[in-house]
Amino acid sequence: MYRKIMVPIDLAHLDLLEPSLATVADLARHYDAEICYVGVTAAQPTSVARTPEEYQQKLDAFAGERAKVHGQPVSTRTITSPDPVADLDDLLIDAIDDVGVDLVVMPTHPPSHLDALIPSHGGKVATHTDVSVFLVRPSKQ
Amino acid sequence: MANQSHDEGAQEKPSEGIPAPEGPANLIDTDYVIGQDNITASPMGINLDLHGKVFTFSSLVILFFVIITLALQDQVEPIYNGLFSFLTGNLAWFFLLAANIFVILSVVLIFTPLGKVRIGGMNATPDFSYLGWFSMLFAAGMGIGLMFYGVSEPLTHYGTAIGGTAMENGARTDWAPLGAAEGNESGAISLGMAATIFHWGLHPWGIYAVVALALALFSYNKGLPLTMRSIFYPILGERVWGWPGHVIDILAVFATLFGLATSLGLGATQASAGLGYLFGVPETNTTMVLLIMGITAVALVSILLGVDKGVQRLSQLNMVLAALLLLFVIFVGPTLLITTGIFENLVAYVVNLPALSNPFGREDANFTQGWTAFYWAWWIAWSPFVGMFIARVSRGRSVREFLIAVLLVPSVVSVIWMTAFGGTAIDQVVREGFEGVQDAALELQLFVMLGELPLTAITSFVGIVLVMVFFITSSDSGSLVIDSITAGGKVDAPKPQRIFWAIIEGAVAIALLLGGGLTALQTAVITTGLPFTLVLLAACYAIVKGLMSEPRT
Repeated sequence: MYRKIMVPIDLAHLDLLEPSLATVADLARHYDAEICYVGVTAAQPTSVARTPEEYQQKLDAFAGERAKVHGQPVSTRTITSPDPVADLDDLLIDAIDDVGVDLVVMPTHPPSHLDALIPSHGGKVATHTDVSVFLVRPSKQ
Repeated sequence: MANQSHDEGAQEKPSEGIPAPEGPANLIDTDYVIGQDNITASPMGINLDLHGKVFTFSSLVILFFVIITLALQDQVEPIYNGLFSFLTGNLAWFFLLAANIFVILSVVLIFTPLGKVRIGGMNATPDFSYLGWFSMLFAAGMGIGLMFYGVSEPLTHYGTAIGGTAMENGARTDWAPLGAAEGNESGAISLGMAATIFHWGLHPWGIYAVVALALALFSYNKGLPLTMRSIFYPILGERVWGWPGHVIDILAVFATLFGLATSLGLGATQASAGLGYLFGVPETNTTMVLLIMGITAVALVSILLGVDKGVQRLSQLNMVLAALLLLFVIFVGPTLLITTGIFENLVAYVVNLPALSNPFGREDANFTQGWTAFYWAWWIAWSPFVGMFIARVSRGRSVREFLIAVLLVPSVVSVIWMTAFGGTAIDQVVREGFEGVQDAALELQLFVMLGELPLTAITSFVGIVLVMVFFITSSDSGSLVIDSITAGGKVDAPKPQRIFWAIIEGAVAIALLLGGGLTALQTAVITTGLPFTLVLLAACYAIVKGLMSEPRT
């Protein structure tokens, strides 16, 4: 049913990604799908990498590590932006078409009143694409 | 925007640690990790990621200055003023000399092979189009100033120049530039225009270019955080991550925040004067507070949209409006005078440049100290903000391209702008005998000048809109800059922090507007020009050293 799954990755906050990484691994095995890990990084040095190239290498390493866990084929894409915090949603929405995926799996926080001012990334992506989007909430334990 | 896709399947996983970057690059070898001194928290679901010391101390310093300026206005104002007179009076030569060094370095770099170095590495591609990039450079650098001083400054220098010199006890008491041009109308016009262009041409942009180039180089090419302290790495080494670096960053936050807040306050005063002149809107505190709140609210929306969709779009809008207004003045005003004047003023500028920029043995002390040194201190105090913002949007440009766009193009635009607006106003005085502009308050001079041309209501309205949009772009680019400094150089810190700083700017502006002390604090900001001159001189050394070790294409 799904051939290629896109998973936005924030290498600076990997701990928040755990639940969605487990979910995507199960989904990929079930549908025998490829997983494309997408990272959006600043053009400037960040806490993760001092250059976009270095970010790409770290993302590749991360994807390789995940491949060992779930055994499905993986690919990566690094997108740089002069203002990643503001551009994130639009860049992810563009990447869906560029990468050619049919499912997006991404973590999201529980809804809150603040969403009115700063909408959640998952919600924004879901309302701006025609592919399926699976938003994974943090586990309740 | 760079997209790269790699198939990973068979590839071996790299070992732990920081991998070497691809392609030719020359990262500085440091163990410092951006954000390592940061504090992260999530109060009430709002994510925060801040440099503990820089954020805390900057906030305390800001609070301290707001409180003492409001509470002890009569006591602190003489202190600020005394400090400022001391700086411009005794150290004018230092400001003039330093600014000359910045211009000479920038011009020389254009013509040396170092100009081939590309910001962000040999394979970097620009993040913004030429138009978008240039609009942002210009809006951040001086947009608002041109609106207010474009008419008044040429007129003032013309007036003092034609008045001639006056001596008392062996010292000049007049404010004329150089040797003045007593009774010589055309001589006074060209000296007045040369002096104005001098203050708005190569020197201010040389100051910005040095800060921006140093920051861009050390951030994009050397991998250091995008914050003021990185400039000092070649001098201080690893110590830059400790207190010496904290102090530089806190000072940059201080200058940027109070520079913005005082400009916002004074800008609201001026916008409300324009609205009063045009539409009879009452010039009360309420009007001004509403203006500041409105400007801040639009700035907030723009900040949330980000650099690309917020600041860039607004800057382009402003560029179009400013170009329309300029063309209108050129074609409806004294067209022939302006078109020939552009060339003549450029020549007058070039001819008078050596004398105007000479730091030593000047006879025109009032002009040198009261105008030139004041301007230089102001541009330098403003340079951490403008420089950091320019650096942020300049990735992918070669050093040569960068310097031409930051130094030469804005200088040419300043010549054209000053000639059109100042030339028209001088023409109104000289040929039409219309004294209205000269007699009007500073904030009204542009509108009175436009009032003598047709379609006044439309052009004045465009003028007011321009002023307000320039303030919006300053407010949101300033919030981006302050946020990144107080987040230890992180440009991807959570959004609520930008909102916080934009609101603080507006709130400080309102507090100072209502409680008094706007001009006092502006004076305090200008005094930061002295320490930042030292930072900029260090930046010159850092630029040359940094560029020498870069690959050139």
